[in-house]
Amino acid sequence: MALALTADEEALLESDDPAVRKSMELLVRLGDIYGAAEMVEIASAQASGISYKSIGDPGVEFLEGFAEEGAEVRVSTFANPAGMDIERWEEMGVSPEFADQQRRIVAALREMGVTISFTCTPYLAGNLPRRNQHIAWAESSAVSFANSVVGARTNREGGPSALAAAITGRTPRYGLHLPENRTPTHQVHVEPSLETQSDFAALGAWTGRIVEDEIPYFTGIDDAGTDDLKALGAAMAATGAVALYFVEDITTDDAPPAAGQGTGVESLTFEPTDLADEYDELTDTEEADLIVFGCPHSSVEEIERVADRVEGETIEGDLWVCTSRSNKAWADRMGHTETIEAAGGSVLSDTCNVVAPIEEMGYESTATDSAKAATYLPGFGNQQVKFDDKLAILEEATK
Amino acid sequence: MSAESFQGRTIADGTAAGTVLRSTEPISFYGAVDIETGEFIEEGHQLEGENVADRVLVFPRGKGSTVGSYVLYGLAQRGNAPAAIVNAETETIVATGAILGEIPCVDGIDVDGLADGDRVRVDADAGTVEVLSE
Repeated sequence: MALALTADEEALLESDDPAVRKSMELLVRLGDIYGAAEMVEIASAQASGISYKSIGDPGVEFLEGFAEEGAEVRVSTFANPAGMDIERWEEMGVSPEFADQQRRIVAALREMGVTISFTCTPYLAGNLPRRNQHIAWAESSAVSFANSVVGARTNREGGPSALAAAITGRTPRYGLHLPENRTPTHQVHVEPSLETQSDFAALGAWTGRIVEDEIPYFTGIDDAGTDDLKALGAAMAATGAVALYFVEDITTDDAPPAAGQGTGVESLTFEPTDLADEYDELTDTEEADLIVFGCPHSSVEEIERVADRVEGETIEGDLWVCTSRSNKAWADRMGHTETIEAAGGSVLSDTCNVVAPIEEMGYESTATDSAKAATYLPGFGNQQVKFDDKLAILEEATK
Repeated sequence: MSAESFQGRTIADGTAAGTVLRSTEPISFYGAVDIETGEFIEEGHQLEGENVADRVLVFPRGKGSTVGSYVLYGLAQRGNAPAAIVNAETETIVATGAILGEIPCVDGIDVDGLADGDRVRVDADAGTVEVLSE
């Protein structure tokens, strides 16, 4: 075995507890595949593969089986969205058969000690890592945020490997756990001014396609809030597999890398025409029978912006504002939920348009300000998509 | 009788003998195999219409969604899993599925060295694939 284990880790590999043993075996094998020299202890985990739509009956069986074998997480483990709002699924149009299976997943997770957070934004919902902290997170947009905005260290875990890491408290030390693998490979100069969250999403979609799984360093961005960075990272992780990026003066104090011929760092320019073209690239239709915001899950500020815009109006078609249950609590308390629902929309928690069985609910076209959603919906949800800024979409829907 | 033997790397422990079912294309298990029957259902794939149950499944590598790991696990639960998996390069989805499903698995094997119908013995503990008859 190429990977060196501590005495504690050897003990985990020989554990009487089958779930611990299998988890450790999996991590050791993955470590071998990736050339890790050793394991590293983790501070938290994020589990993906939570929605019944994503994992199906085999996933339900696996999670129940694991829970039955006594699997228990050793570190704080938050979970990705489920296929439904666990309280309001019936209202959403989810079938009782789907709900039953989803509830089995929830029960298995609970038994394992996983926090029933059901959000892709754990960092906004109570699981905020610190800089340089080793964690094992699945969910590509959360991985991007944790690495890039927080400065923590995680690879793009899969559902089972993140769960295995949670159960053993460790992950193989490879990839982005190593400082030498966290340097930029591309310098992206952004020419146009990015005015809206959807502009950041568009930049992300364009960049992800080109950079794939490498590491971009952005210059030319004057300012970016948390929600903007959330949108940028999610888009890059959807069209590409970007797990780490840098934004000059915003996420890093490091100077831009030397780029161009002979440096090993490729130089790219994002032009105003690229921005406009990207909106077209992500759009198939001008019609939408559903509007979805919150991919990744909306912040309270985003929910407030929607509420302010639709107050007193009537929305044509359906509107979902997807968020974490914790953020919904603030939205409820501040009256934003009531305002949005009075206009005909819904503020949903625990779920999203990508992992809910949207294609079974009669929708054929969706409008969104998320480039991640715009990328996944045609395949996963059988949807035609309209991509635009939130306010532009709401303008159309309240005419 | 040919005594050809290939040395690869252990991905998931165990030993098994069976008849090779080979694909020269990668396999994304999510959406490709019916776990209830073991049938390969992906339209247009080389293996469409074949049944993976109890075969020594030989293919270059896996790809696609991590849910593929749960598909391999599901096949194993129903007794429809391959007897063993042999890859040129096993990536995390297949590795995870093979380990969770307890399906012997080796990689580092040139898939062109094996043909459909070859009867082989896979000793994943040793990392070897031995051709018993062609």
